[in-house]
Order: sequence, then structure tokens, then C-alpha cells
Amino acid sequence: MSVTLFKNKENSPLTFVKAIFERKKWLLLFIVASLVTFYAVFMIYGLNKNLEVLIAWAPFVFKGFLLNLSMSFFSMIIATILGLLLGLALISKTRAITLPSRAVMNIFRNSPWLVVLFITMYLFPFEVHIFGERYAIPGWWKATIAFSLPVMANLGEIFRGAVLSIPKSQWESADSLGFNHLQTMRYIIIPQCVKRALPSWMNWYALLTLATPMASILGVQESVSNTRAAVESAGAGPDLLFPFYLFLLALFFIYIYPIALLTRAIERNYSFKNQ
Amino acid sequence: MVAISLRDIHLSFGNVEVLKGISLDISKSEVACIIGPSGSGKSSLIRCINGLNKINKGKVDVLGVDISNPSVDKIRLRTKVGIVFQQYNLFPHKTVLENVMMAPILVLKEDKNKVKERATKLLEKVKLTDKLHAYPGELSGGQQQRVAIARSLAMQPEIMLFDEVTAALDPETVKEVLVTIKELAEDGMTCVLVTHEMGFAKEIADTIYFTDGGVIVEHGPPNEIMCSPQDARTKRFLEQVL
Repeated sequence: MSVTLFKNKENSPLTFVKAIFERKKWLLLFIVASLVTFYAVFMIYGLNKNLEVLIAWAPFVFKGFLLNLSMSFFSMIIATILGLLLGLALISKTRAITLPSRAVMNIFRNSPWLVVLFITMYLFPFEVHIFGERYAIPGWWKATIAFSLPVMANLGEIFRGAVLSIPKSQWESADSLGFNHLQTMRYIIIPQCVKRALPSWMNWYALLTLATPMASILGVQESVSNTRAAVESAGAGPDLLFPFYLFLLALFFIYIYPIALLTRAIERNYSFKNQ
Repeated sequence: MVAISLRDIHLSFGNVEVLKGISLDISKSEVACIIGPSGSGKSSLIRCINGLNKINKGKVDVLGVDISNPSVDKIRLRTKVGIVFQQYNLFPHKTVLENVMMAPILVLKEDKNKVKERATKLLEKVKLTDKLHAYPGELSGGQQQRVAIARSLAMQPEIMLFDEVTAALDPETVKEVLVTIKELAEDGMTCVLVTHEMGFAKEIADTIYFTDGGVIVEHGPPNEIMCSPQDARTKRFLEQVL
């Protein structure tokens, strides 16, 4: 039984980051080595001209990438709030609540994200009128809402499962101490669920971020649209595709991979605690 | 003065009738032990006293309040009657001290500093002063069970229920828990215990109830029940366990 992992001190994010760096020294080395090799290959084949083009366009692509991050970020906030509510609705004792919430959950969990995206795009108005003022709704807002729906459905299921995974004896114990339902939920059940649901929650965040380029199909100027636009503006040669898309891939990888590592670290930590 | 009074209570889980008409009276400061074979309804019986099990028929009076009445303030009742479970059921995400402090702060809305003082004293009483900031997962079964007792006592109940509290413990830690219960009983707490520790029951109880098949077969002072049981079922059970 590992008891040291239980202490809060050992759980701080900084410790995790340090541990990851220590454990993944070889990975950092590998990344550095590949960059050097990459650069060498560029020089040898006289592709350095393309590299210059890439460097010139990199800020434009990166600006698009920031939009991907914004979409993923706001989407996740919406999905988490709605998912929590959906999760609670799914375990409600009232059938009038469970049945419609189950329907919502199943619809969004089993639809292709792209379909949800199309429907949201056409369903939401192009602009809204409030007190005579016209406000345009940017495409990326609509995309953000669209992405949050399937994630909401999946998170709802995760939260439901997490609540049900807490032993009944915890409810009983809180009940016997006079806690009401809301207090039991807030102070006993949900804090324990957070630990259980966190790895899945992070996993869904990673998936969501990787799905955001879908918005490019609907004209949102995120990283993939910008990359395509940049390649075309720079002459659209096939020799440009490789460095540009590799750069794009690297952006996503560098952002997502640490999340995956952290998820694993949390999972491992949690499995230790349960022994 | 009568603390707990059960009148002809019946309890069913689905089609299974677990309690088939149980009546008993436990007075204030009395220590009552319920013994009997597994599945005889001992645990179900004790859970009726604080309303964790809702009875189908009969009347449960606790401290002069009819708790089978649906309009009764269940939360008030729970604060008067503490229960300790076989599996301790501590809150694993909270430290020992937090486990003990939570209910008085959240349910009784007491002042945090006052509660902390009381909780520290209680944990001292159950000899866990050095574990205040440990998590339940770091403690032995016996230690966890003593935290559970302190947690119930923090609500300053008038009655304590113990539901097979030593059944899940290692033999060497059973004693430390029994000592804690004994001290409580000596302080005049009304205690109802479901137990398999016959020696302990004999030593501590004022009255022993022997249950079998959902009814109380016989009851009386420990010497009477343990040494000269009248009913054949009691005799058979005691022969098996003693």
C-alpha cells in the first residue's frame, strides 16, 4: 500500500510536471533530435527556402491555432457545466427527468460531430437583434456550441457513472449524520467523483481539441483553414504541404501530449490510492 | 426513563419479511446487546431505530418522538442517535479531523473553532491524537472504527447504535474498539449493540436480546441468557458460538 501518494503535498501539479520531465527526459531528447534532423534535411535538399516561407506564415497559422484553443476551452466549459447537470438529471429518481435527459444524452452521444456541427451552424441565426441592435454571431461561437454538445453527452454519462460508483455506504453514512441530500452530494459524493472522473474528463478535452479543425469546413478561420490559405498564397507547391502540415501537427502534439501524460499520471496516482 | 421503545415492528425488503413483529424497551443509560445467527434481522432492527430502515408496520419511539411518523424531523433525529457501521464508512477524501468535524459544522451549524476543540478532545479520547491529519486510507481497521465512533460522538448524540462494529476487524484491533465502547457505556451513554463478541456482550450488557428469524426469541440479563437460556434456539446458538 502506498501511503505517501495520499498526501496533498505530493499531488501538486508542479510535482506532476517535474515528474513528467524527469521520466520523459528521453522524449525531450527525441524531440530536440528530430528538430535538428528536420532542419538538416531541409538544408541538404535545399528546402530551406520553404522553411523561410513557413517561418513567414507561422504566426498566421499560430493565430488560427489560438482559435482552436479558444474553441476547445469555451466548449469544454459549456460541456462540463451542461454535462454535470445532465449527469445529475440522469440519476434523478423522477422519470419525467430521466427519460428526456436520457434521450438528449443518446442523441448527442451517437451522432457524428460533423452532423451536429452542420445542424448548429444552420440552426443558429447569423445574427441576433437585441433592443434594435444587431449583433453578428461569429462562426467560431456556433462551432464552440456545436462541439460542446457531444462532449456534454459523454461527460454526462461519465458523471453519472462516477456518482453511481461511490458506494451506497457513503450515502448511508452521511444520512446517519444528518446530512440532507444536497449536502451529501456537495460535500461527500461530488468531491469523490471528481477524482474518479478527472482522467476521462481530460481525455475528452484532448479529443475535443483534436476535433476543432472540423470548424474549418464551415469557414471558421482556425489553424487548418489558415494553413490551407497560407499554402495556397505561397504558391501551393506540393513541397510546401509537408513542412506546413508538419508544423500544424507539431502544434497540436505539443499541446495535447502533456495532457495525455498528465491523465496517465493521475490515473496511476488514483489506482495507488485505492489499494 | 425509556429512551427507545419499539412496538410490534414489521420490516420487509420486497417479498422478504425481515422483522416479524418486534417489541422492546430500552431505558436511558441502558446497554442492550442484540445477538443471534446471521440473517436473523439484527442489523435491520438496529437501523430502524434511527430511521435508516423504514418500517412497514408498528411504532418506533425514540426519546419520546414517534419516528415512524413521516412528518418527523429526520435530521433532528439523526443528530440524537449516532450509528457506527461494520465497515466504518469514513469519508475517504477527508482527514480524520475533518471527518469528525464535518457533520457538526454542516448539520448543526456550530462554530468551527468550538467544533474543532470538541473533535480534538474526542479523538484524544479514542487515542488517535497523532492521526488528526491522516486520511482514512492510512489507518488500520481498528483506528478507522475509532474515528467512526468519534465522528458519531461529535454530534453529541443521546443514543449510540453499534452495528457489528468489530466484525470486519483483525482480532488484535478488536480490543481497542471494545475498550472505547466500554468507556462510553460507563459514562452513561445509551448503547444498542449488534455483536458477535459474546464475551464482550456478557461483560457490558444490561440486557441481551436473542433474535432469530425476525423475532426476539428471548431477552434478559446476560447471566440469564448466557448461562441458562430457556429457548432451544438460544441454546443451540450459544453452543455453536461459545
